[in-house]
Amino acid sequence: MSEAKSTPRPLSPHLQIYRWTWTMAMSVFHRATGTALYFGIALFAIWLVALAAGPRVFNAVQWFFGSPLGLLILFGYTWVLMHHMLGGIRHFIWDLGYGMEREQRIGMARFTLIASVALTLAIWVVAFTFF
Amino acid sequence: MAEFNLPKNSRYTEGKSWPKPAGSNVTAFRIYRWNPEDGQNPKIDTYYVDRDDCGPMVLDALIWIKNNVDSTLTFRRSCREGICGSCAMNIMGQNTLACTLGIDECESDTVKIYPLPHMPVVKDLVPDLTQFYAQHAAVEPWLQTQSPEPEKEWRQTPEDRQKLDGLYECILCACCSTSCPSYWWNGDKFLGPAALLQAYRWLIDSRDESTGERLDALHDPFKLYRCHTIMNCANTCPKGLNPAKAIAEIKKMMVERLV
Repeated sequence: MSEAKSTPRPLSPHLQIYRWTWTMAMSVFHRATGTALYFGIALFAIWLVALAAGPRVFNAVQWFFGSPLGLLILFGYTWVLMHHMLGGIRHFIWDLGYGMEREQRIGMARFTLIASVALTLAIWVVAFTFF
Repeated sequence: MAEFNLPKNSRYTEGKSWPKPAGSNVTAFRIYRWNPEDGQNPKIDTYYVDRDDCGPMVLDALIWIKNNVDSTLTFRRSCREGICGSCAMNIMGQNTLACTLGIDECESDTVKIYPLPHMPVVKDLVPDLTQFYAQHAAVEPWLQTQSPEPEKEWRQTPEDRQKLDGLYECILCACCSTSCPSYWWNGDKFLGPAALLQAYRWLIDSRDESTGERLDALHDPFKLYRCHTIMNCANTCPKGLNPAKAIAEIKKMMVERLV
């Protein structure tokens, strides 16, 4: 028998093999949308700066936000905002100790995704119908 | 910072495919192997189990393989009835006990088995649980009192005793802690769901008189508050317990003693 020498132990696989759960996926989404909001608020800041800079700059920014790419970005930002808001409410309810049983927690995680898409569509339908 | 990729020495490759037994009722098992003595990276071996000759549980299949195919396959097991917690492992992407999970429940012709996630591997399916046990010890899981010792016993009303249901059943199998991404990324500082469930078990015990000290010990950005309510712990617990809820209750106790 050879001398006992320590071979560095490997780390067992984790993300690579773990089956995704709804609550895990929505937790990741909550983080990602939270990060995306930083960039989203920059859009709003650009719009405000343009407003202060006068009509020429403002019109240019308005044109970009009204272009297909601009609309797509704004649509994405709306969804990010809605998803993060609903995720925040979900976490608030959980932090109060409610809705943590199996059916409830998975239902609430699913609801975040479905409701965020529904709310986003509703906001855009309202925006294009009435404005 | 979270490291999502496996270190170089931990990346696994395709291993050996073992002979298939005759018969039509055969299930494949793809199992993580690592031998500390051969200096190689981990491998995924494929075994075929004759279901007509084997018991119904995943643990039965592992024992069947060890007896009939490959005696070097290494795993922990003892009670085979879900009370010792030894055979905790990752089966079909979820942590559970091999002895209480039926092979049919895997709903696949190929059952994939890995050690508990994000742990140092001792050999094959055996993880090193030293840190996990140290975290359990860190919450001082025993009755602490200042009052004079009663003559007979520390008494408790049936209602107060009921508060321990859903907590005392924990068998410390480590399924929950090793399913938790927060524990994966910060396992050295975050106590993890199993230890925190035990902490709560003593926090709400009506006989325990160290509630304040226990809460003080948990008042830390990592030990308790690295829990981000991902709830993999509750989803995976083979005993059906809810560590996420226990942690939420501790967080509430932290707030309640301030207001």
